[in-house]
Amino acid sequence: MYGSFRLAGELFPELARLQQQLDDVFQGGWGPSNIRALSHNGYPAVNVGTSPDTVEVLAFVPGMEPNDLQITIDKGLLSIAGERRGESSKREAETVYAKERFVGKFKRVLSLPEDADPAKVDATFRDGLLHITIAKRESSKPRQISVN
Amino acid sequence: MNDTSLTRTNSQTPTNAAAGQGGDPSVARAALVPPVDIVENDLGITLLADMPGVSKDRLTVRVDGDNLVIEGAAEVAMPQKLEILHSEIRNPYFRRSFTLSRELDTGKIEATLKGGVLRLHIPKAEEARPRKVEIKVA
Repeated sequence: MYGSFRLAGELFPELARLQQQLDDVFQGGWGPSNIRALSHNGYPAVNVGTSPDTVEVLAFVPGMEPNDLQITIDKGLLSIAGERRGESSKREAETVYAKERFVGKFKRVLSLPEDADPAKVDATFRDGLLHITIAKRESSKPRQISVN
Repeated sequence: MNDTSLTRTNSQTPTNAAAGQGGDPSVARAALVPPVDIVENDLGITLLADMPGVSKDRLTVRVDGDNLVIEGAAEVAMPQKLEILHSEIRNPYFRRSFTLSRELDTGKIEATLKGGVLRLHIPKAEEARPRKVEIKVA
């Protein structure tokens, strides 16, 4: 449910466990899931929503520069790819206590709804948050049909 | 509950009754745990935390006695009437706390935030740095 971030379970450990169990059900136990949509715990975490005119995609990509991200749309599939490089340690005699942050190449592919228009894409990047807006095709918007 | 924002930044406040002891006011809000990299060398400790979408004005780094607390909230502008299809991060509020030890000089913590990554350098107090001890021959 929370992608690569885990919920601080200080107050409700039972609730966190229940959420985890529900996630497992939806991950693969509850009928077919989109074959590309299984990376619930991957980097980057992604939120997708639709408004009447647009499809909105939010990707949480901390530590990336906008130039290092490759965003492509092809045949209704939006893919966000890149490589997150780790810190190069210049000093010896270092002790590593934690290394939880994701490092390496990543690629997430999302299948966009039918009415998303690939020609009208806008992407902004700020503070490690990538916001992609895809306008919907004009012809697919709801229209009133008048009866003569 | 009808929720139409792609990320929700209101605080949900579960009661502290579950804690049973009057509760700690700073733990009132459901938080995500930002992943961290922590490295120590002779000069001090360097901590890197992933807090995507958090800008400087929405980030708090504070030291409370021996506790170091980092917290931040992300805010994104979204159109009205948004229907969520897939939400992996519902409430982008991050918080994590650490206990520090005495030899770290909490008054001299350097913090930078870039691209949603917080970098803290916590130096060791001068007298705590490793030093060779001179042995005098009597």
